[in-house]
Amino acid sequence: MRKLIVGLFMILLPTLGLAAGVAVPLDSMEPDHTNKESLQRGAATFANYCMGCHSLEYARYKRVADDIGVPVELYEENLIFNGAKVGELMKISMNKDMAGSWFGNPPPDLTLESRLRGEDWIYSYLRGFYKDESRPLGVNNVVFDNVGMPHVLVDLQGLCAVKPAIGHKSSVDPLSGNIRNADVCTEWALEGSMTSAEFDRAMYDLTNFLSYMGDPVMVERERLGMFALIFIVIFTLVAWLLNREYWKDVH
Amino acid sequence: MQKLIQWIDARLPIVEAYEKHMSKYYAPKNFNMWYFFGSLAMLVLVNQLVTGIWLTMSYNPSAEGAFASVEYIMRDVEWGWLLRYLHSTGASAFFVVVYLHMFRGIMYGSYQKPRELIWIFGMLIYLVLMAEAFMGYLLPWGQMSYWGAQVIVNLFGAIPVIGEDLSLWIRGDYLISGITLNRFFALHVVALPIVLLGLVVLHLLALHEVGSNNPEGVDIKKVKDENGIPKDGIPFHPYYTVHDLLGVGVFLFIFCAVVFFFPEMGGLFLEKPNFEPANSLKTPEHIAPVWYFTPFYAMLRAVTVDLFGLSAKFWGVVVMGAAIAILFVLPWLDRSPVRSIRYKGLLSKIALLVFVVSFVILGYLGIVPATEGRTKAAQILTTLYFLYFILMPFYTRMEKTKPVPERVSG
Repeated sequence: MRKLIVGLFMILLPTLGLAAGVAVPLDSMEPDHTNKESLQRGAATFANYCMGCHSLEYARYKRVADDIGVPVELYEENLIFNGAKVGELMKISMNKDMAGSWFGNPPPDLTLESRLRGEDWIYSYLRGFYKDESRPLGVNNVVFDNVGMPHVLVDLQGLCAVKPAIGHKSSVDPLSGNIRNADVCTEWALEGSMTSAEFDRAMYDLTNFLSYMGDPVMVERERLGMFALIFIVIFTLVAWLLNREYWKDVH
Repeated sequence: MQKLIQWIDARLPIVEAYEKHMSKYYAPKNFNMWYFFGSLAMLVLVNQLVTGIWLTMSYNPSAEGAFASVEYIMRDVEWGWLLRYLHSTGASAFFVVVYLHMFRGIMYGSYQKPRELIWIFGMLIYLVLMAEAFMGYLLPWGQMSYWGAQVIVNLFGAIPVIGEDLSLWIRGDYLISGITLNRFFALHVVALPIVLLGLVVLHLLALHEVGSNNPEGVDIKKVKDENGIPKDGIPFHPYYTVHDLLGVGVFLFIFCAVVFFFPEMGGLFLEKPNFEPANSLKTPEHIAPVWYFTPFYAMLRAVTVDLFGLSAKFWGVVVMGAAIAILFVLPWLDRSPVRSIRYKGLLSKIALLVFVVSFVILGYLGIVPATEGRTKAAQILTTLYFLYFILMPFYTRMEKTKPVPERVSG
């Protein structure tokens, strides 16, 4: 038994290596796919601010509406702007070649963004824009340097005049007694309609929605997983008893 | 029912086959945990075949449609996500059980006379399995699929004279393309599974001809009762079928825990860059093969010097090939009079430990990006890996072994 555990442990050892290698510090974000209000707010933000340029081309409207608990008619009225049918894939009408010449690269499809880059990255990136006159669109991002995307949420967040402190925990300066990094941004070039806390909350919801988008079956999968494991435990118990019964007379 | 069996048996020896391989196949009674992994490999093989067949029904093997069809399976096909995760987790599980199965064989000397052919067939299975996994990994057509295949196929280009043409012939194009995808698909779902199944049959036929080894390395056929049945043997069915059922339960618990709760296994089983469609114009920052290839990948990268006018890359390929090839001759490298590690001397025990540790650390080094220090470590560990085999004829003969008992003790 001990040998087996050691053997299994050795097989899993390489996982330790995957923890390393992140260059940019990120804020952490714990997705919750069961929080349907959050997913609904995230879906609304996505449809209103992101979907002009970013498709979700592997997902279908109806499935999303069902999963996040929005009646299909309501979803159709308020969150589908291009006349698509609810059973269709969530594509957009922006021409990829033209978008490529506008932004340098065409805006990527975001269906699997959360699985490609992770929730922490998305959450930090969305809050990482700042004013940078040297860039063509006047903004840059601390998480994605020289990003080609404009700060589309500037109306909500405002525009930070300095690099936002993404990935830095707030702390008390021992000399002055001031709180450092209490806010992501310390100096604003433009005011937004949301407070910093409201915007963080909105970005949490948007990230949560994209997290759901990357792995829509997660809640169902884990629910079924519990049943599967319980069944296997019972099966193993029966197999163990059967085995013991047969092996009684082997010496 | 009885009549039907008689009818068939008169025309096809099913009763004889059943007795030879199941009810009258006498296996040593002292199998331990390590003996689960053979039957578990069969279980995983069946899982791969069944889920694979159903995945093929919805998969689209073209450069334009492959990536989207995988997401279609994940989102729109009923239970498609389960089939896909069973298949992707199954690939890794296959290598887990096969590596443990091979380690069992090495530890208890199961390759020794008269089981050399079983070992060779097993090694061929391992080789085909690697090809099968490599080609299967291209099919999702993600960034890592694409660039992993690009890197590996380019390795053939390092062979002098014919290399470039050879890799061109394998790809069927100047770079990995839809043509490569189509042929890899054909090989993955038809050609290699047929070869694999044939080899599994040969592996088992050879095993049942000479009988199973055991943790003691004792030959149970030496001591037989008046009916010619080994005294330390028990019929495979029902004793080991119920026993393996227990192993199946434990295995399925771990396997399903991964399938349902950690299908990406932190990026080990499904690598993150593979959630982005293949793009021939954008090379990922860090290309790493899936974990089961990484020990050999680390050996490939460990070779950094040009030699005899041939590139370091070529010698890396040679070292990688040799690391697998040397396993084939293992039965003839071991000169020990005993089979099991239990009766071998201290040198063999140390050598086995060094070998396993080297292999595991090389696996880790193959995943992480190379640095100067890591390359040095990989060079030392690669040397240790080969020394295990090259020195084997000497240390197995020199060392003092313990006497092997006549009968198995438990």
